[in-house]
Amino acid sequence: MSETAILHPRLAEQFDTREQQVHAARLGMWIFLATEVMFFGGLFTGYTVYRFLYFPTFKEASQHLDKMLGGINTGVLLTSSLAMALAVHAAQMNRRYWIVFWLLATVVLGTAFLGIKGYEYWHEYQEHLVPGPHFRPKELHGPSVDLGNMQLYFSFYFAMTGLHALHMIIGMGLLLLFAYLAARGQFSAEYHHPVDIMGLYWHFVDIVWIFLYPLLYSVA
Amino acid sequence: MAEKTISPRAYLGVYIALLALLVLTIVASNWHLGSLNLVVSLTIAVAKALLVVVIFMHLQFEHTVTRLFAAMGILCLALLIGLTMCDVVSRTWNMYS
Repeated sequence: MSETAILHPRLAEQFDTREQQVHAARLGMWIFLATEVMFFGGLFTGYTVYRFLYFPTFKEASQHLDKMLGGINTGVLLTSSLAMALAVHAAQMNRRYWIVFWLLATVVLGTAFLGIKGYEYWHEYQEHLVPGPHFRPKELHGPSVDLGNMQLYFSFYFAMTGLHALHMIIGMGLLLLFAYLAARGQFSAEYHHPVDIMGLYWHFVDIVWIFLYPLLYSVA
Repeated sequence: MAEKTISPRAYLGVYIALLALLVLTIVASNWHLGSLNLVVSLTIAVAKALLVVVIFMHLQFEHTVTRLFAAMGILCLALLIGLTMCDVVSRTWNMYS
């Protein structure tokens, strides 16, 4: 073991300094997030094209979603982002139990989000809004509504919110692992950047929802 | 290098601003502005995303290279949607009429 490794047990040997290591780790996460933007970007592009082509139908279809429930869910997710930011702060300040507390608070808020989302899915299932042979929406307003195109809207809705929910489930699994590691004292002010990078992922998932909410719930 | 931190009070301030913008999103969606509704809701969403990226994700403290990669993701998305829509809006869709 080299001399620097003894001074900084968490410094991998390919790095000269801890700052360089943190920089490389954060840069890597941002590159990953850029690929995630493109991953969701395909769905956003498809949505934009069909919203442009079948606007009256998309407008009608979005009125079948609960704007208030979606808004509350946005608030829950923003709150979870605050909890995540405070977990990172606790790690920087070397407050072990506060890291665990805020990480678990983030998981609880994430669970609340998925619970509300699950309730919305259940409601939409009962209203026959799931695309397929049983697609039978009630109370259609405009004559220009095409049921085929409306199913396209709900296909985008379930694909985009579903992919977002999958990201949240993965994130919550990681958060639980990080809470366990933090409780065991794996992180310190000297070595806090894994928590930092976990935060970057969680905030990214939050940003995706910030755009999904106005695009899906209020087409006007 | 001393670790750059943001005070919990500042985080709370940003959080309250985010909630205010959320309320504005819901209120503005009930205004009848025609196609401007989309512009308004997306502008608010971009403002929210910027708050999260700059403060919560600490992009303000980040090296130029990292900022460049963050911008690259947005640039690629803009190219993808922009160029696709250039085709869609300028095409005659006579196959459906």
